[in-house]
This record gives sequence, structure tokens and C-alpha cells, in this order.
Amino acid sequence: MNSAEQIARDVQSGSMSATSVLEMSLDAIRARNEELNVFLYVDEEGALEAATKIDARVANGENVGPLAGVPVALKDNLCQDGIPTTCSSKILEGWRPPYNATVVDRLLAAGAVPVGKTNLDEFAMGSSTENSAFGPTRNPLNPSRVPGGSSGGSAAAVAADMTPLALGSDTGGSIRQPAALCGLVGMKPSYGLVSRYGLVAFASSLDQIGPLTKSVTDAAMLLEAIAGHDVLDSTSLPEPAPSLVAHVNDGVAGKRIGLVRELVDGADEDVVASVERAVEALREAGATIVELSVPEFRLGLSAYYLIAPAEASSNLARFDGVRYGLRVNEGDVTAMMEATRTAGFGEEVKRRIMLGTYALSAGYYDAYYGQALKVRTLTIDAFARAYEQADLLLGATTPSVAFEFGSKTSNPMAMYLSDVFTIPSNLSGEPAISVPFGTGEAGLPTGVQLLGPGRSEAQLFAAARVLEIANG
Amino acid sequence: MTLPDGWEMVVGLEVHTELKTNTKMFCGCANAFGAAPNTNVCPICLGLPGSLPVLNVRAVELAMAIGTALHSTISPSTFHRKNYFYPDMPKDFQISQYDLPINAGGYLDLPDGSRVSIERAHLEEDTGKSTHLGGSGRIHGADRSLVDYNRSGVPLVEIVSGPDIRSAAQARAYVAELRGILIATAASDGRMEEGSMRIDANVSVRKSGEPLGTRCEIKNLNSLRSLQRAIDFEAQRQIDLLDEGGKIRQETRHWDENLGTTSTMRVKEEADDYRYFREPDLVDLIPDQAWQDRVRDALGPMPAERRALLSARLQSPTDALLGAVEVVIDLGLDGYVNGAIDAKVAPELAIARAANELAAGIDTLDNLTLASFVTTLSMEQSGDLSATQAKTVLLELLAKSGDPRDIAATRGFERLASGAVGDIVATLIEANPDEWSRYREGDEKLAQFFIGQVMARTKGQANGKEVIAELQARR
Amino acid sequence: MSSPLRREDVAYVAKLARLTLSEAQLDLFTEQLGQVLEHANDMNALDLDDVVPTAHPFGLVNVVRDDEVRPSLDHDKVMAMAPDAQDGRFAVPRILGEAP
Ligand SMILES: [Mg+2]
Ligand SMILES: [Zn+2]
Repeated sequence: MNSAEQIARDVQSGSMSATSVLEMSLDAIRARNEELNVFLYVDEEGALEAATKIDARVANGENVGPLAGVPVALKDNLCQDGIPTTCSSKILEGWRPPYNATVVDRLLAAGAVPVGKTNLDEFAMGSSTENSAFGPTRNPLNPSRVPGGSSGGSAAAVAADMTPLALGSDTGGSIRQPAALCGLVGMKPSYGLVSRYGLVAFASSLDQIGPLTKSVTDAAMLLEAIAGHDVLDSTSLPEPAPSLVAHVNDGVAGKRIGLVRELVDGADEDVVASVERAVEALREAGATIVELSVPEFRLGLSAYYLIAPAEASSNLARFDGVRYGLRVNEGDVTAMMEATRTAGFGEEVKRRIMLGTYALSAGYYDAYYGQALKVRTLTIDAFARAYEQADLLLGATTPSVAFEFGSKTSNPMAMYLSDVFTIPSNLSGEPAISVPFGTGEAGLPTGVQLLGPGRSEAQLFAAARVLEIANG
Repeated sequence: MTLPDGWEMVVGLEVHTELKTNTKMFCGCANAFGAAPNTNVCPICLGLPGSLPVLNVRAVELAMAIGTALHSTISPSTFHRKNYFYPDMPKDFQISQYDLPINAGGYLDLPDGSRVSIERAHLEEDTGKSTHLGGSGRIHGADRSLVDYNRSGVPLVEIVSGPDIRSAAQARAYVAELRGILIATAASDGRMEEGSMRIDANVSVRKSGEPLGTRCEIKNLNSLRSLQRAIDFEAQRQIDLLDEGGKIRQETRHWDENLGTTSTMRVKEEADDYRYFREPDLVDLIPDQAWQDRVRDALGPMPAERRALLSARLQSPTDALLGAVEVVIDLGLDGYVNGAIDAKVAPELAIARAANELAAGIDTLDNLTLASFVTTLSMEQSGDLSATQAKTVLLELLAKSGDPRDIAATRGFERLASGAVGDIVATLIEANPDEWSRYREGDEKLAQFFIGQVMARTKGQANGKEVIAELQARR
Repeated sequence: MSSPLRREDVAYVAKLARLTLSEAQLDLFTEQLGQVLEHANDMNALDLDDVVPTAHPFGLVNVVRDDEVRPSLDHDKVMAMAPDAQDGRFAVPRILGEAP
């Protein structure tokens, strides 16, 4: 499938119709969705209606928008009016939200065509999409491997050429890690850059919506379309969407890029080798490389695995069988709630609810949750010190390439530890991007991660573009 | 009620007041009482997945107004989640303020001169409302409940007093005064019967001078009368129990208005682990001085000040008049009274008419202008209207507005010529010889007969005392 | 704060969170959650008395909206979500106790 950049240009100029682009997308979905389990729901009718309208507007000489006629996949924790939204959980099976997420409204306003909802780890809790109540998604590059998670379905949709664009959400790496494992560009923007209104919350202070695409330019286009202040989200940054696409080719000449030991240590050899070659590519493009150590990043993992479950335990309380979704009838209302939640949530979700409830409960708050919030401060301060020495930071996105199904599910702690490189940016609320660079074991792609201070998305895209070009 | 010798009650009150905003606390749904069930709801106040709260600026300002009136310190504040499962709470947590409330500290002075300290007055959201089917309609014994979320997310301020209250009467006076303040700040309509003010009372007893006893919380008292009765009952119950050698268990109790008793609702237990933590979907609220000043400057005078002003204008008021002053303040009618006094109407007359006739028409006050009120009272004071006629004119003004002079003319209310009452009395004596002779023989009840007849002939214009004087003169 | 979690803690938390755990799950979660908490104990070695907790990455303040009415949801759309409804209200099985 063509890039979003190309499709939008062709549709707007009338040289290709939005409906024909949609047909290609739907054909690709039909061809491989059964095998890969990417989409939980495909809205053929709604997408066709949207594409037809776009074609009519183009014929009418209207400017349809920067994403004219581009099919886009939505992670199934984003609400779209009237379209089933499950969060890959049985507890929401059959629920159709009566409203659009802000990002959905913005995609529609930009002329994009939402085609359906993609699989994820239940409530975005996981790193492999194995925790879905509707079965795992397979990695299109190697179907015996996981696509990563939790935005595994969105990553697979793009990797399998089903849609050129997909939205994911990133609470601890859930966009960047699947991007790395599927050979894609994936960005977690600055906290507050993209409205969370209509994103079913996992951990409210960490969640961000962001793009998964094949190219850096497409990612910049997509983010530009959905970013900017939203009155419906109190944590939305009070400023308009930044100009991103215009800066994609700014390069890295004169930039100081910090190679962070803690973002590489512990990664597989092939991953480390890719990071080293990325360092060379950036140096050749005119950047100065600084070697840094930020020990606080290790502590971040502990803080994350208390803060995220704590917020989740509260965010997921509302799934109680009273107003929507699953209800398991059983005696009185308390028994009904308990039976519903017990039947509706999968094991990983229960594990995190339990952990978060414990961390907030009487007598333990200070030792766990309270302490974690302070470690979060340490992480933020550590980033600030690092950015005194470097403009951007560099490391691996994940410790390994895409792994086999079942290889980590028996040991939750091992799965959690694999998020160690991505978590710091969620704690600090700062942006980070994963860009495919090099290959590793079994010819699978490796991802390199670039991190920047708050609101540095344009610089991150520019640096990622340098690596994209060097990667060929 | 007085407690047995040596005993003292210690009472603290938590008053929840709904704020009179156009919209709910965190969404744009109408904050309206009485709409069809689940019609004022949206993704936010239904707690739908993905929805997020955004704070209503008016709710913040009304909370600041309340704090200012209660001499609180308006402080940087945060919102927390209070987590517990309950079907009328859509998110299964309540957004409330916790360790950093918008209003910290303060006090309220009561008309009797006592002072009750205020611990805090914080913002929080209301829950939905359940109806219980089967059984008595109360929660216990019902088979099934129905939930309406129209009230979910309505802004509340919870005002927590210190444990300073020492009698049920003082508790009542505190709530009455607080209610006046809430109305004066425009924060609330003060309608307790509609649930816009709800009171929880923490009651304990002790022997004078001893440390605080174990307290029980009586929930959801919704009238001044229930409040007073429930506190008296509960204090006596605790004393009786202690006298019998029993122990007070910390619990929540329910007040039964019909039985006049409190009973156990739920015992405090480990389920009260609310796991408070900062609401991550809301940011800090830090009202700067300029914002606080704007709220303060917009505040009118509070009941105490208005009461003092009216009392001063009465010079040496009787207890009965002071009671009327209370009513006038309570209903916010002092503007009319002051206007009338400024127009040289006797203060006693202005207060009496406001406390009685205007109070009777409090829902339709919109039709009455200060000018028409003052004109009516001036006509009464000058004798153009009798008391009865003045009341009739006022009630008509309340019902459909108009000019009091036109109303009086249309109804044929005219000033009686001097000597007119005497002439009528003489005519009546002649026409009713039996009644007259019984009256002369000492049957005082017959005076009412003659007054009624005179009133009928004068369209209420005559003065009853003048009629009696004329009768006496001829006896 | 060494190996902080007991089986009864897990059972208590399950009750708070409205989850029923089997005996086997209780054992499993006691072990697994214990591991996470043990990992978290590296934080407790730190002296963080003077560190201000961060609840929010960017320090926005005073985000408010005007008190203007916006359209509510269509009543039928609302009730279409309900697992059980009666008289335009959400129906639930009997409630055993008053709200706390
Ligand atoms: Mg409260
Ligand atoms: Zn609402």
C-alpha cells in the first residue's frame, strides 16, 4: 500500500478515489485478517460512506484535509460512535459507545477513513497482544511471533499493509514496542499533546495516543492531524498542534545526542548492534554523540508497576455490570458486580487491579504508591539533567526482536521487565519515538528509540528521519 | 430537651449542599431537579469508558463564595478519587477533595452569640438516585432497585463543622444560619425537602469534662425538625446505653421520622478503605488573589449583618418582631422591608407584611415590585386601606402584579368618612334588636356578629377595634 | 518491607476490588504480586523525605470550563446500553446496604 502522504495527495488531486483506496485496504484485511487476527471489527459500511463523501467533496473542488481518503485503523480502546469498542475484554463485549473520541473527530475532520478496530492486550495491559479475550494477534512479518503490545493489532494492521496509518495508545511503551517488533515508526507524544477524551483509560497520568506508520513523514502527518488542545481533556496542553511535517527533514546537524547506557544494557546483542550503527548514522549526519548514564531509569520500572496498576484499579472499577457491557446476574447487587468482574476480566487485568488496589489500600499507600510518585519525580529530574548534556537521548526500544508466543506469559515479572526502556518517557510525560533500524535474530527488525524533552516532537521526527534514510 | 445531670452531648455536622449552577460539576448536562429519569446524562456523568471530567468554573466560584462567607482560608486545592463500589455512582469512585480542600478552617457565628468552628468546606460530586421496588420502598426488603443518573455529577459543597455543638437546638440554629448564608451567596436554593441540603450529624456523649466519647453518624437528615429530634433521641439513647453499662459502637445510623428513633444502618468496617488518591484527570486548583477578590467583591451582606440592620431599624424590638425578622432574613425579603422603611413606612408594619403576606407568596415574588409593595403599605399606614384590604391587595399583586391603587379602586376599597362606622353600627342595632339585647346582657360573642356585618358593608375597610368602641359606647 | 504480601492480604484486596479468586489464584497472585512488590522495595531503600511526589507530568493549573449547558445524550441511546432497565432507569438486583 502507498504511503499516507501519497494517498492523500492522489485522492485530493482526484487521480485516485477514496473508495478505491478503501477497497484495497478492505481486500488486504480480507486476505489476512483471519490468519493474523488484527481487526476485531471492520466497519465496511461506515468506511464506505465516509470514502464516498470524500470523493463527492473532491469532485466538488473542496479541500478534504491533510489525510484525504487515507484508511486508518483504530486501537479498540478508542471510542467511535456506534462502533463496538471492547478493549479486547469480555466485560465490554457488545458495547457501542454513543460518542466519538476527540482523535476520531479529528481524523474525520482531516479526511481520514476509519476502517475498524484493532486487537490489543485487554485494557492495554500487556506487551504481546496475547492477553486479548479474542485471541492473540500474529506478527505479519513472522506469524509465529508476537507483534508486541499492547497496540499489537494496530501495528500488525500497518505491517500487513491493511491500512497505512494506525492509532495506538502508549502507557508504558505500548506504541513503541510493537512498532519496533513490527518494523514500524511509532511515537508516544508529550503527555497532553493529544486529547485522551474517548480513550478508555488504563493509567490516566501515563496514557497517550500516538501514531503507528511505515514512515516518519506519515507519523508526523498523523500526529499533526490529531494533536492540539481539547477542551474536553483537562490535561490537554493549552496550545495548538505543532508544525511537524514541515520539520521532518531538518536533520541532526549540530545536535547533541545522548546514548544512555541504561537504555541499552541488558538488550540482546543484535539490538545493541543496531543501536551502535544508529549512533554512527547520526554522527555521520552531523550530530555529536554524548555517552550518558541515568541510573534513575531502572527505578522507574518499580514506580511504573505501582502507579499504573493503582490508577488502573480505579479506572476499571466502573466495569461493574450496572450500566453497560457484561452483566452476570447473581443474588444482590454486590454479588452481581463481583460475578460480572470475575467473569469479564482476564487474568492479567485482575493481577493489575489487585496490585493497584493493594498499593492504594490503607496502611500501604505511603510505602508503595506514595513512594512511587516520589520516584517519578526523581525520573523527571534525571531526564532534566540529561537534557542539560544532550538535546535528544538514544537507546533501544526493546531488549529483543519479536518473541515467540507463550515465551513470557508464565512469568509476569519477566514481561514487565521487558518494558524497562520505554517506561521512563511515560513517567516523565515526554515524547519518544521508535524507528526501525537494522535487523536481528531471524531477520526480524530491530527498533531504535529516540527520546526528547517535552514538546520536542519535531526534533524527534527529524532525527528519526535521518535513521530512516540511513536504514534504506 | 435537657440531658440528665452531668451529661453533655458533642455534635459535629456535615452539611452537603447542591450548588445552584446551570450545569453539572464536570460536564455540560443541565443541573436541574425533576427532569425525566436519565435525560440529563452524557458520557461524563454516566462514567462511560473514555470520558473525562472538566471542572465547572461556576461551581468553583460558588464554593469560594461559601468559604468567604464562612471566614475560611481559600487555599490551593486538589481533587481525589474516593473509591467504593455502589450502583448509584457511575465510575465507582467519587471525585472529591481530600487533604487539600478549597476552603480550610473558618467559623460561623449564631444569632445567640455562640460560635461554631468550620473545619473545611470542599467540592465534590453528587451521586445518582435509586428507587427501591418491592417491600416498603426503603432499601431494606426491596427486591430490585432502579437508578436514575440525572443527579450524578451535580456539584456539592460539603461543609464540615468542628465538634463544637452542644445541643440539638444549637445544631438547628447552626443549620438555619448556614442555610441563610448559602441562600445569600446564591450557592443554594436551600430547599431541604428537595434534598438540595442534606445533613449528617455526628453525635457522641460524655460526662462533662471527660474526653470525647465514641460517635455515631446519623445520615441524611433533611429538615430542621428531623435534625433536632434525631440528635436529641440519639444523645439520650447513648446515655441510656452507657448507664446500663453498655458500649457505644461506632456506626452509621438511620433516622426514622415516623418512629422518632435512630437505628443501625451499617457498622464501620474494613470496607471503608476508600483508597484515596489524586484524580489524575484533573489538575490543581490554585485561585489567585485577584480571583478571590472578585468573588469576595461580588458577595452581598450575609444574614447576620442584615439581621443587625433590621433590628437596628426596629430600635426596641419585641421577641415576636424578632421572630418576624428571622423569617424576613430567611426568605431574603429584607430588601422589601428596607425599601419600605426608607419610604417612611413603620418598620413593624413592613416586617409584618413581609413575614406574612410576602412569605405566603414566596414562589411568585417575581410579580411584585418594591414600589408597589411600598405604595400598598403607605396606603395602609395612612388609613386608605384597612389591614384586611392591604393584605388582599398584596396577595393580588403577588398573583398578577399591577398598580395597588387600581386594584383598590377596582375592588371598591375606599376610605370611610369620619363617623361612618358609628352610623353603620347605629343602623345595625336598629335592624337586629335580638342580637343587640343579648350583647347588652353580656354575651361578648355577639361583638363578632356586629363586626362581621360592618365589614361586609364596608368591604373590609372598617377597623374592628373601632366597631367595638362604637358598640361599647352604645351599651 | 521484605516479602510484604500474605495470602490474607490478597483475599482482602480481592474483596475490595470486587473479584472472586479461586484458591489456586490466591496462591498464584500472592506469589506474583509479592515478586512485584519485592522489586519495588528497591525504592524503599531511598531516602525520599524531601522529594515532592509527582501526580502529573506537566503542572497545569486552574483548567475550568464555562457553566454553559451542552446537549445531553439521547435517552434511548442511553438506555440501549443498559443490561437491564425499567421505567427509563437502570435496573439492578437488590442493594443490601446504604452507600457509605
Ligand atoms: Mg463527602
Ligand atoms: Zn453529563
